[in-house]
Amino acid sequence: MSDKVVAELQEPTPAVGDGGPDMIQLLTPEGQRVSHPDYDKYVADLTPEDLRSFYRDLVLIRRLDAEGYALQRQGELGLWPSLLGQEAAQVGSGRALRPHDFVFPTYREHGVGFVRGMDPQSSLQLFRGVSQGGWDPQENNFHLYTIVIGAQALHATGYAMGVRMDGNVGTGDPDRDTAVICYFGDGASSQGDVNEAFVYAASFDAPVVFFCQNNQWAISEPVEKQTRIPLFQRARGFGFPGVRVDGNDILATYAVTQHCLDEARNGNGPLLIEAYTYRMGAHTTADDPTKYRVSAEVEEWKFRDPILRLKTLLAHEGMADEAFFVRIDEEADQFAAELREGCVTMETMAGETMWDHVYAEDHPVMEAERAAYLAYKASFEEAN
Amino acid sequence: MAGQLEKVTLGKSITNGLRKAMEADPKVVLIGEDIGKLGGVFRITEGLQKDFGEDRVIDSPLAESGIVGTAVGMALRGYRPVCEIQFDGFVYPAFDQIVSQVAKMHARALGAVKIPMVIRIPFGGGIGSPEHHSESPEAYFAHTAGLRVVTCSNPEDAHWMIQQAVACDDPVIFFEPKRRYHDRAEYDTTATTAPRGLFEANVLREGTDVTLLGYGPVVKTMLESAAAAEAEGTSIEVIDLRSLSPLPIDTIVASVRKTGRLVVVQEASSFLGMASEISAQVTEQCFYELEAPVIRVAGANIPYPPSRMEEEFLPDLDRILDGVDRALAY
Ligand SMILES: Cc1ncc(C[n+]2csc(CCOP(=O)(O)OP(=O)(O)O)c2C)c(N)n1
Ligand SMILES: [Mg+2]
Repeated sequence: MSDKVVAELQEPTPAVGDGGPDMIQLLTPEGQRVSHPDYDKYVADLTPEDLRSFYRDLVLIRRLDAEGYALQRQGELGLWPSLLGQEAAQVGSGRALRPHDFVFPTYREHGVGFVRGMDPQSSLQLFRGVSQGGWDPQENNFHLYTIVIGAQALHATGYAMGVRMDGNVGTGDPDRDTAVICYFGDGASSQGDVNEAFVYAASFDAPVVFFCQNNQWAISEPVEKQTRIPLFQRARGFGFPGVRVDGNDILATYAVTQHCLDEARNGNGPLLIEAYTYRMGAHTTADDPTKYRVSAEVEEWKFRDPILRLKTLLAHEGMADEAFFVRIDEEADQFAAELREGCVTMETMAGETMWDHVYAEDHPVMEAERAAYLAYKASFEEAN
Repeated sequence: MAGQLEKVTLGKSITNGLRKAMEADPKVVLIGEDIGKLGGVFRITEGLQKDFGEDRVIDSPLAESGIVGTAVGMALRGYRPVCEIQFDGFVYPAFDQIVSQVAKMHARALGAVKIPMVIRIPFGGGIGSPEHHSESPEAYFAHTAGLRVVTCSNPEDAHWMIQQAVACDDPVIFFEPKRRYHDRAEYDTTATTAPRGLFEANVLREGTDVTLLGYGPVVKTMLESAAAAEAEGTSIEVIDLRSLSPLPIDTIVASVRKTGRLVVVQEASSFLGMASEISAQVTEQCFYELEAPVIRVAGANIPYPPSRMEEEFLPDLDRILDGVDRALAY
C-alpha cells in the first residue's frame, strides 16, 4: 500500500455525534441559516409560504407518529415504528421529489408517504393487522413498506433500470426525466441486498438515489457495529458520489436531495445520501432502549430537534407569527382525531378474502380452499 | 396446412421459445450471469443479445439476489423479466427475494401490482459435476404460496412451456432438466397453439396396472421403465406431471382410480418432497381405490453425493421397476 493510502485509512473518522466537517448544513440547531456554496441555490427560491408548509408537514407527521404510538398502547395497533426525530429527513427528502419520481420506503417512512399524498390511514393498516400493505403503489408512486431489511434497495434499482430502459433519463424534459429514491437505515447498510443494489445501480447507471437515514441505531446496535467509516463514504468504493447531510435540517436535506435527484434524472446516478439523524424513540413499541443506550445521548439530540430549529427561523425572520403556530397545532389536533377515528373504525376484511390476491390468474387451490372454508363456516349456520 | 416438423434439442427449444416470447412482447427482458455474449453456460440464450440488444438480454453482476431483486423492480416498472439462475445450487442467495418478495408482492398490494416474472433454473443431476451443480430444490418453491412451479421433460414442451410461463401474470419458477438439454425430438415448430395448458399434466402412455408419475429429467427413464415392464407383461401408465404447483391432481386421481397403484419418481430427496405431497393427496382422494400404498422412488436423504457416486443416488430404470414391483406386491 502506498503511504498516501495508509495515511488516508488512518485518518480519524468524524466524531459520531455532530456529523463531522463533511456534513452539509443550512440551518443550525439554533435556527440560524448558514450558507453553503453548493447547496444554497436549491433553497433560494423557497418562499415563506413554502417554509410554513414545511413546518406544517413536520408538525403533522410528528402528530401522526404520536398518535400511532398511542394507538398501539391502547391495543388498536399491534406495533408502531416511530419516526420521532427523523421528521426533517423524511419531509425534506420527500418534498424534493416530483410526482412521477418513485419511492421505495422501509417501514418507518410514514412522513415520506404523507408528503407523497398517501392517505395517512395507509401506514396504519399494516400495523393494525388488517392488511400486509394494502395500497396501490402506482397511485402516489410510493411502494409498499418493506420489512425485510434492505430488500427494497434491489427493487428500487431494478425499477430505476427500467426507467433508463424506457428512455426517461437525461432527456432534459422535466416531465419525463425520472428518479427513484430508496430509503433504508444504517443497519441496512450491512445487508447483502443493499450492497448488491449499489453494484447493480453503478453497473447500469441507474437513476436511483439511495437515501440512508443514519439514526445511529439498528434496534440495539449502534452504527459503529455496522461500519468503520462514515456511511456516505461507502459510495466511493462502489464508484458513485456519496454525501452526508444534517438529517435534522430540513433545508439541507431538501437541498441535497434536490441536487441528487437532479443528478439521477440527468443520467448521473446512482448517488448515496446519508442523512445524519437520530431515532429519539424506541426502535418500535416492542423495544426497550434503556437496556442499551444512555439517556444523556437522547438529551443531547434534543438540542438538535428538527422542528424547533425551523420554528425558530420562521419566528426570527418574521415569516410566521404566533397565530400561525397555534393554527398548525390546532390542525394537528384535528388531524390526529381523524386519524384515530379512521384507525379504530378500520374494518377487518372477511376471512374468505384471504385467497383473493395470492395469484393474479385463476388457481385451483385458491378456489378449492376458499370453497372449503365457506362450506365449513356455513356448517355452523346450518347447525344453529 | 401441414406444419413444419423439425428435430430440435430441448435446450434449443427453450431458446426458440424465448425468442418467440421476446418477439411477441417488447417488455420481455432476460437477465442473468453470462447470458449475453456467451449465451449462458448452457447456451440457452445464445444469439439473443445479438438480436435484441444489451437492454433486453442483460448480463448481470455476479449476485443472484440482485438478479431476482432488480427483476422485481423491473416488473413493477412494467417489464416481464426472465431471470436465469446459472445452476440449481446457486439459487439460494436469491431465496429471500423469491420467497418474501416475488411470491408475496401481489397479495401485499391486494392485487394492485403484478409480478409477471419467470425464474429459469437448470436442475437435477447426472452430468458429473462438482457439488452445488446437481440439486433438485423444487419443493422449497412449490411449498411457497404465490409462486407457480413447472418443469419440462421434452423439447416440444420446453418450446411451449417457456412461452406460456412468460405470458403468465404470476411468477413462475421454471425448472429445466439440464441432463436432457441435448435430447432431441421432432415436432411442429411452426404450430401457433400450445398442445396443452402450462399447468396440466400429460399422460404419455396409457396402462392399466400401475401409474408411474414423475417430472423433468426422470420422465425419460420412466418411459424406458414402462417399455421394459411391458416386455414382462406389466401395463404401466406414465404421467409427466409438468406442473408442480398448482398440482394437476385431477389427472393423477383419474389415473389412480383406474390402476389402483401409484409410483412417484423424483431426483430430490424423499423427505417432504413432491412425492410426499402427492402421496398425501392421492391417499385422501383415492383411499378406497388404492390397492397399495403410494410408493416413492427418490433421492436419498443426504447431500447430493460426489459425481462418481451419483448413479447410486439417482432413480434409474432398475430402481423404478423395483418400485413398481413393490406396488404390485400388495
Ligand atoms: C432481514 C431482516 N433481518 C432482521 C430484521 C429485524 N429488524 C427489524 S428492524 C431492524 C433494525 C434495522 O435498523 P436500520 O436499518 O438502522 O433501520 P431503523 O430501524 O433504524 O430505521 C431489525 C434487525 C428484519 N426486519 N429483516
Ligand atoms: Mg437505524
